[in-house]
Amino acid sequence: MNDPTRLPLLEVKGLKKHFPIQKGFFRRVVGSVKAVDDVSFKIYAGETLGLVGESGCGKTTTGRLLLRALDPTEGSVLFRPQEKDPVNVAELDRRSLKSIRRHMQMIFQDPFSSLNPRMPVLDLVAEPLRAHGRTAKECESRVRELLGQVGLDPRTMRRYPHAFSGGQRQRIGIARALALNPSFIVADEPVSALDVSVQAQILNLLEDLQDRLDLTYLFITHDLSVVRYLCDRVAVMYVGKIVELVDTETLFGDSRHPYTNLLLNAVPDMDPHSQWLTAPISGEVADPSAEIQGCPFAPRCPLVTDLCRREIPLLENVSKDEYQHLVACHHRKG
Amino acid sequence: MPQTPMRDARPSIISVKDLEVHFRRDEGVVRAVNGVSFDVYPGEALGIVGESGCGKTMTAYALMRILPRTGHIPRGEILYSIGEGEQVDLASVPADGEVMRGIRGGEMAMIFQEPMTALSPVHTVSNQISEAILLHEDVSKEEARSRVVQLLKQVGIPRAEESAHDYPFQLSGGMRQRAVIAMALACHPKILIADEPTTALDVTLQAQVLGLVRSMQEAFGLSLILITHDLAVVSHMVKRVCVMYLGHIIEEGPVDEVFDAPSHPYTRALMRSIPRVGGARERLTPIEGSVPDPYSMPSGCPFHPRCQEKVGKVCEERMPKAVETGTLHKVRCFLYEKGEGE
Repeated sequence: MNDPTRLPLLEVKGLKKHFPIQKGFFRRVVGSVKAVDDVSFKIYAGETLGLVGESGCGKTTTGRLLLRALDPTEGSVLFRPQEKDPVNVAELDRRSLKSIRRHMQMIFQDPFSSLNPRMPVLDLVAEPLRAHGRTAKECESRVRELLGQVGLDPRTMRRYPHAFSGGQRQRIGIARALALNPSFIVADEPVSALDVSVQAQILNLLEDLQDRLDLTYLFITHDLSVVRYLCDRVAVMYVGKIVELVDTETLFGDSRHPYTNLLLNAVPDMDPHSQWLTAPISGEVADPSAEIQGCPFAPRCPLVTDLCRREIPLLENVSKDEYQHLVACHHRKG
Repeated sequence: MPQTPMRDARPSIISVKDLEVHFRRDEGVVRAVNGVSFDVYPGEALGIVGESGCGKTMTAYALMRILPRTGHIPRGEILYSIGEGEQVDLASVPADGEVMRGIRGGEMAMIFQEPMTALSPVHTVSNQISEAILLHEDVSKEEARSRVVQLLKQVGIPRAEESAHDYPFQLSGGMRQRAVIAMALACHPKILIADEPTTALDVTLQAQVLGLVRSMQEAFGLSLILITHDLAVVSHMVKRVCVMYLGHIIEEGPVDEVFDAPSHPYTRALMRSIPRVGGARERLTPIEGSVPDPYSMPSGCPFHPRCQEKVGKVCEERMPKAVETGTLHKVRCFLYEKGEGE
């Protein structure tokens, strides 16, 4: 998937988002939450890149920055739809942003709050179409087609969201994201609000749609089993930084960053015969608003040395063959 | 491997028989729990798994008699043994009466899903936990205080002396859940009911908190009832598991047997639909449809509209009886009842 000669669909360079912490009557800035702190990665056309981490690690903020739902503090997001010249989404003005957003869409976590309860399905799914100047008649036939694609009965398009179950609502959200034929979709925890028995339906649907419509996904999740199932490559985030980026099989077989290992150890496998909680799991996620010197994982790391407390490790390739295995750890070789 | 307790070999501490929990709503009666029976043995960990709306939480609330006001127990028994072969039926005593007030928070304690809502925001951790101790035991305030610090140390809260005087908002999510566990353990309970204790937590915190629950259960010889939707968690935490679907226990058995050889079509389908961290990556087989809403409960076996292995008309007509398919492994499905009856 990460063939070095291929041009990426999306290239993120030095992306940062610092939220100011304001205090007092004059809203004096007393510090900042470094939600995303110098993140760089590439996404290739047709692949699914997983972005995993625990709450507060900046994975959702990263997803929003890519679509410019948030303005980044620093950095660039080069997007290359349809093999054309890349555009920097981070610097576009409002008008060109609207035209580029046709190609990049989002699927949200919570299908209960992300759909307006006062709009029937037809309007919900057609909204992006109308915003891009389609006529009512065009909209209706497109919505009919979209609902079929996501496995909903087009005859239900006059109904309101409350008449649908969680899984069906998530299908509506997916239809809406697909309305303008995007090439890139950010899926932010699309199954974590759903019942266990319904999650597989949505995961399979996302996989089928990717094959059929040539989609590229950034898949944001905290669930490693979902990553294993759906993603080609995975980026692991910790306190605003990517600490490891590698293809999925290597991540689950030969992960190098101590934080990735901690995560993998913490997830129980659905098998009473397997081992779980054999290694102690200590500490809590660092506070992204604190001034962190050195590696953010140092306070919890079993391999910690003085070097780790002093210097921030860079994300570097540790792989000897052509595929990259990026790790940000001073002890990555060990 | 987990040792399987032989039925009748030792007396159960709680024996639930045909328990029903109903809710009165404007739209009609919701049968949240529809006749469940199970036993809890001393020192044993029992898991109750199921999706949202299956009645697992309401079963726990019924045991603690803390059902919401619209809920009631129309039928069934919760036989709690109070020693020397004596039993009291917790379903028939008043929820706010002396018996229940003595047991609840004392011998039977509960850990809730949301640590922030389980703790009072306007009292310090120390005050909340010592309140429970003072209510159930005849000790001085100083003694209660020192017990609190002791407990906080046991559940791994750093700087226990100082943290005791913190308000819940000053603690992180993981520490709050530890404080809730400390409160549950304060009065030396015999039974600990944990209702989705880690659903609100991240994976590394989940591992820490569940590790703590497990070591406390072993250290104090508690009976644990773990309620969760997470099959992976349950496969590691308990020795016996009950699988619930729409108010019924549809399968029950030793955890390794249920996971190695799931018998009910729902359990089988559920396990096929969950992506795994280990093992080969295979395409998931989803369960079609979704959990029906509580006002349009299917007749007969509640799983029949989604079932791939439906036996026939009989599935729509009545609920199958529990049939043993292995050692202490019981299933409610006509696939098995038929084989026995005919």
